[in-house]
This record gives sequence, C-alpha cells and structure tokens, in this order.
Amino acid sequence: MSVLRPFDKLPMLNSCALLLVGSDEAIQQKLAEAMLREKRSFNISIHLATSLPLPSERDHLRPRIDMVVFMIDIKSKYSLKNVETSLAYVDASFFLGKVCFLVTGVGRVNACSIETNAVCKLAEAYCSPVLFCELELEGIRAATAQRLLRMLQICAGHIPGVSALSFVSLMRNSNVD
Amino acid sequence: MAAGRGPARGPTGAAFERRGRAAAAMAEEALEDGRTARTLPSLRQLSRALPFARSHGRLGVSASGRLTVPALCSQESADPQQTAFALRKAWTLYSVTPLHRFRRSRLSDYARLLSAFIAAEKQKGLAVEVGVELDIKVALSSLAELRGSELDQAALLVQLSSRSRASSKNSEDKLVWSGWFCSMFGDELSENVPENFTCLPLFLTHGAESYTSLVGSWFQKTFDCCFRRLAISPLNLSWMVAMWAGYKLERAASAVELVFSMPCLSQPLDISYAIHPEDAKALWDTVQKTPGEITQGEVDVFMDCLYAHFHRHFKIHLSAAKLVKVSTGIASAHCDGIVKILHSQYLPGVLMLLTELAISQIQ
Repeated sequence: MSVLRPFDKLPMLNSCALLLVGSDEAIQQKLAEAMLREKRSFNISIHLATSLPLPSERDHLRPRIDMVVFMIDIKSKYSLKNVETSLAYVDASFFLGKVCFLVTGVGRVNACSIETNAVCKLAEAYCSPVLFCELELEGIRAATAQRLLRMLQICAGHIPGVSALSFVSLMRNSNVD
Repeated sequence: MAAGRGPARGPTGAAFERRGRAAAAMAEEALEDGRTARTLPSLRQLSRALPFARSHGRLGVSASGRLTVPALCSQESADPQQTAFALRKAWTLYSVTPLHRFRRSRLSDYARLLSAFIAAEKQKGLAVEVGVELDIKVALSSLAELRGSELDQAALLVQLSSRSRASSKNSEDKLVWSGWFCSMFGDELSENVPENFTCLPLFLTHGAESYTSLVGSWFQKTFDCCFRRLAISPLNLSWMVAMWAGYKLERAASAVELVFSMPCLSQPLDISYAIHPEDAKALWDTVQKTPGEITQGEVDVFMDCLYAHFHRHFKIHLSAAKLVKVSTGIASAHCDGIVKILHSQYLPGVLMLLTELAISQIQ
C-alpha cells in the first residue's frame, strides 16, 4: 500500500491537504510558510516529504491528499532524479489534474544544471502543468503560494463547477494544434 | 528523452545501469581519490537573463545533435604563430553585441584614439598603476585565420604594452593587457544583422580588470556595442567536459578534473574529482553512438556514470552540487567565464562553443 491514491480516504469537512515532494527541505519550508500566511476560509494541512513512498507507519494518521506538488530545483540534477523515482509511487488516477510540477531557482539562469526541455517533456508525459518560479524572492514566493492555494482549492473540490480535470485542458500547446 | 520510456525509470533506464558498472570497472584502478578543499565563500547574484532563451537545445543544438571539431577557415595556410598567443593563458569571457560602423582599414586610427583615451583617463585621476609613470601603447591587429566560415569576421586583437619612462629607449615593451574579439561559426548572428554592423560576439581578455574596463568603455562609446560578462552554466560545463574528454591526444595528457561546490553548508566546501584521461575517453567512447555527433542524452549518461561512481565510493550525490570548473588536457573552463586553451588543434572547436554561448547571451 505504498502507492499514493487520490480517493482511498474520506475527505474532511472544509479542509484540504497538500503534499510537497522535493529534495530541498529549506525551500519547501519557506513555501509552506508562505502558503499558511495567506488568508483563506478553509483549513489546510501541508505535508512535506523529500521523496516517495511515504512511510507506511503513519499512514492512518494522514488525511486524504488532494494535490501533490513535485519540486524540482533547476540547479540540482539530483532533485530531478529524485522526482522521477518518486513518480512511480503515485497512482495513475492522481495525474488527472491533481499533480503539479514546480521548478524553482529559475532566477539564477547561470547556475542551471538541468535542461528546461527535459522538465517540460516530463510534465507532458505525465499530463500535468509545470510552474516556474524563484522562491528566494519574497514577492514571487507569495504569488506562487497564492496560485498553489487556488489550485489546491479546485483539486479538493471546493469550487463548484470547476474540477481538477480542467487543468489538463489548460495545458494544450497552441503550436501542437 | 523521458517520454515514452515508462514512468518508473530515469531517461536512460537500463543503459544507465550497464554503463555504471563498466565505468566502475574501468576507473577503479586509476581513479584518484576525490579531494576536498576549503575555499572562501562567494556571493552569487541573481542573474537577470531570460531563463528560457535557450530552451531549444543546448548550445544551439537541435534535438538530434551536432558536429564536432571544425577546422579553421584556411587550415592549409594557418600559421601556428598567429594562434600561439591564445594558448595557455587564462582568458576572461565577455559577450559583445555587434559593432556599428567598424572599418578594418582604420585600425591604426582606432589604436591612436584608444591610446589617447587611456592617457586622458589616467590624467583624470583614474590611475591604473600608482607610482611608476607608464606610457601605454596600443596595437590593433586583424587575425585573418582566426575564423570559422567565410561569413565570419576575422578576429581583432588589441594589445596594450607599456614602456616605463624611466628605463632606456632600447628596452622592450612589456605586454600588460591583451584582448581579442572573435567569431567562430557565428553564422546565426551575422546572418540577421543589417549593414554597417560587424559581428564579433566573443571577447576574451587577459590582464588587469582596470584595463579591460577602459578598453571596453572606449569600444562601447565608439561603436555603440554592449559588453557583458559571459558566465558558463553547469549544464554547459558538463557538455564541454563530455566533448573534450572524448578527444584524442597523442602524448600523456593531464587528468580530467571536475570541481564541485557543495551548496547550503555553513562553511563552503569544494570537491575535486579527477579521472584518468584514458578512462574518461574510454567511457565516452562507449556512450557516444555516432562519431562526430553529440546529443544531450549522451552527455547526461556520461555525467550520470561519473556521479554514480563517486556515490558508490563516497556516498555523496554530486548531482546535487554545483559544477564549478572542468579541466581536461584540451582546455579548462570555470563557471565565472574563464577559459584556458592548451591545444592549438582544438582551438576552433573550443572557440565555436564559446561563440555559441556568447550569441545565446546576446539574443
């Protein structure tokens, strides 16, 4: 039972749970704090992990995960490899809009160790959106936190009429058509 | 590369495992231990370039690959004396936007104007050297051989030499600073510029920083161009080390060395990873499929093999560290934009890479 499934638990009333997976713990902490600072009308719990699978001992204490964000640091090839191996532990039905790739560190273009093409191809293969951001800057961190919160609300089903599946349709590349 | 191979494996899947074992076997005997050294902390500023300007392929490469080792334009009449000045010196790299109204016939006029400018700046109080009074002589020369294709402009060499007034008239001039503009297969830039513009996107300097800024500001004022320091990202450095490790050298060459800087530590830590050049070449030969062409996937496999070998021995993930410097028997490059070329045979290849980097920084 180490695979993460989207609907194997019951949801809690008026609350969402987000899982951040990434090798850089400090930056995860900063993003989580930025998200908790935002004003919102629902409860949110943010789970941080360096890789999947999550330890199974505490599985019964975890709420239902509404959205998984995989964080890739553009300066570290290791973070990309880490995310690629973690993807195997996520159930396929999660990839219907409930997974997002977050590429951090894009402000330092002279320090990039991975090709953005490789990340975009990975995201295309998994039918999930990619967000690029620079979490070391306060303003961009707050903006990213707001975006993720909005996506989380939609993934948890709090917005009537909009489901997570609509993220997939937003990803269509106009060049392809 | 990742698409279509199944979600549970990396982009190279089985190939990675196989090469990892081969690398370990080959390099076991000859591998030198990775040494760690402490260095001073350095500040990294946020770079303000567009991060995705080069999203289409690394170093101008299309999705498939690119050719290697081009020859100089007129190889038959290439004078080794002309290119000797470029070897075995640490050059600092800049990218230059096209020069407006640059006339090759007026080189002596430009030399005179530049020396007058430098003298004027010194009088203004921006003294370059305190103490000894120095006359700075400027020499501009055109190097017809140092270019790739016919579309390239010939390289331009600027040399600043000094003669101390105190010494006798017969004493030799001492070269204090040299810099040269060059373009090696920079066709994609020169195709698109209008008339009156000369494209020499790469600028290499050797000497005091103060002279570099003097010469740079004169060129900026006279030809309305813009100089920017050219930094080399770890991605490009890994491409360079993969290419250069694969070149054949006749006599025993120095080791292939990679220097990594470990992030997020209270005290900065550098790791130096040295590989016997023959082992590195043997590894690259097993990775490269088509001789004369290199793809990003092959470079990734090569680097993954090196990282996996290091992890097996030291349990350190070098892929999480920043690659700061690479050096091989051919050339060495530092991420701050400092290169040293050691072999005249591969000079055009190295310059071609650097020209591409300069062009992608300009665009």
